[in-house]
Amino acid sequence: MAEWNKPLPTVSGETKPYWDSCRQGQLVIQKCDSCGEYQFYPRGICANCWSNDIKWHKASGKGTVWTFTVTYQNRTPGFAEDVPYVLALVELEEGVRMFTNIVECEPRDVKIGMGVEVTFVRANDQISIPYFKPAA
Amino acid sequence: MVDLKHGAAIVGIHEHVTRYAPDKSELQIQGESVIKALADAGLTKKDVEGLFTASSSIRNSGMNLADYLNMYPKYVDNTTVGGGSFEFHLSHALTAIVAGRINCAVITYSSLARSGGVSVGTGGVARFGHPRLDPSPDSFEELYGLTTVGLYAMIAQRHMHLYGTTSEQLAEIAVAIRKHASMNPEAMFRDPITVEAVVNARVISSPLHLLDCCLISDGGGALVVASPELARNCRQRPVWVLGVGEALAHQGAGQRDLIYIAAKQSHEPAFAMAGVTHQDIDMAMIYDSFTITVLETLEDLGFCKKGEGGDFVSGGRLQVGGELPINTDGGGLSSNHPGMRGIFLLLEATRQLRHQFEGTPRQVENCQVALCHGTGGALGSRHSGGTVILGRD
Repeated sequence: MAEWNKPLPTVSGETKPYWDSCRQGQLVIQKCDSCGEYQFYPRGICANCWSNDIKWHKASGKGTVWTFTVTYQNRTPGFAEDVPYVLALVELEEGVRMFTNIVECEPRDVKIGMGVEVTFVRANDQISIPYFKPAA
Repeated sequence: MVDLKHGAAIVGIHEHVTRYAPDKSELQIQGESVIKALADAGLTKKDVEGLFTASSSIRNSGMNLADYLNMYPKYVDNTTVGGGSFEFHLSHALTAIVAGRINCAVITYSSLARSGGVSVGTGGVARFGHPRLDPSPDSFEELYGLTTVGLYAMIAQRHMHLYGTTSEQLAEIAVAIRKHASMNPEAMFRDPITVEAVVNARVISSPLHLLDCCLISDGGGALVVASPELARNCRQRPVWVLGVGEALAHQGAGQRDLIYIAAKQSHEPAFAMAGVTHQDIDMAMIYDSFTITVLETLEDLGFCKKGEGGDFVSGGRLQVGGELPINTDGGGLSSNHPGMRGIFLLLEATRQLRHQFEGTPRQVENCQVALCHGTGGALGSRHSGGTVILGRD
């Protein structure tokens, strides 16, 4: 397997469960037991009510494209050779939105509102990165 | 709240004419700008009590600037919220002056983005030279190849989806601002362009084309803000701060609808403080990092309803002689954009309110009240919005 040349996430205490789960092929998100709100990105407190009562939940991994752009120019190594690629905000079924790339399809076929599902790409032994592809 | 209206005035300005200055340092450009802005006001170094600056490249920017200028300010503010930082600075200077902490402040900025080869909009992670991604939010964003233009483009895409806005309508903004640049001898790009030229330019990040994007230049400038008492004794006619409002916007833990930008929050306090309505605004300086920035800002400032921006920006409304002339200096799309352009909004609004271009096509006729709105950061993720309303004496 070719060496991963895109930027890699930095894993911290508050985000380790997310990346551990991604490595096992499962997208997880946080929900607050006090106020009931989901949140993304993961953090050590509930961003809504500031409680500590946050729990990790398995996400369905399904969502829709909230918006996207086909990127033709990026100087960052790893992306410079990938253009054109699709940068998107996906709204998960649970209601929160996350940045991602839409993969395994032609950029011209991506539309707002299209159904997508998570797929993981292994970057190294520690990190697998969640992307989204058109729903089956 | 204490009444802040007319609590301070812009009394001196200077825009550094350079668009390319590989032989100067950023601090030198700031120093030269501060000196000329003070001369414009008829004030001197010893009058300055407050120092306001922001930089994306100079660490501890206020401290380093005070050192460079050999000044000992008793009020320092380095608020850095991207391109709109200087609208925040003016807001803070107003408050400090009304509170009696200081009588006179300078606000200054410079950048060598062009001669330094900085890809302001398309550098991705490389634009900041990050050695590694921060745990949050970078590790959930930058690993997908975000670019600044991409974050704005995503909002443009959604706007088109929801409201039927077209590339041609966005292009109208670039065309109007280029027309204004043609009247500014200092502007980088002065040849008029057409809607067809904009929509036929190469796509940088869909749906935004090359000419939907600001240029990259070097540059800088400064303004002098004074208490009413001091302002009355300055060389120039004061330009009064009538109202200010500040806001931040972000993903809201994944739940905010970012089709609504920070201007939605910042404009109401500014209009309320100034006691004016949208009909009173004779011209506006709207941060134009990209054409979509202007359209979104005009909507969320309340100049038209959400979704109607495409029609609003069409038909010459934004050109001098139209209903709401904007960016009469040629803006970031055509005049200069060193990376954080908000200071230039205040400088051009001041020139218009001084009637500095009287007798030329650039002057907005009988300009009495101007609005500036600075946006910093990126519409699709985190950004700031600073609204400032200025008035002629």
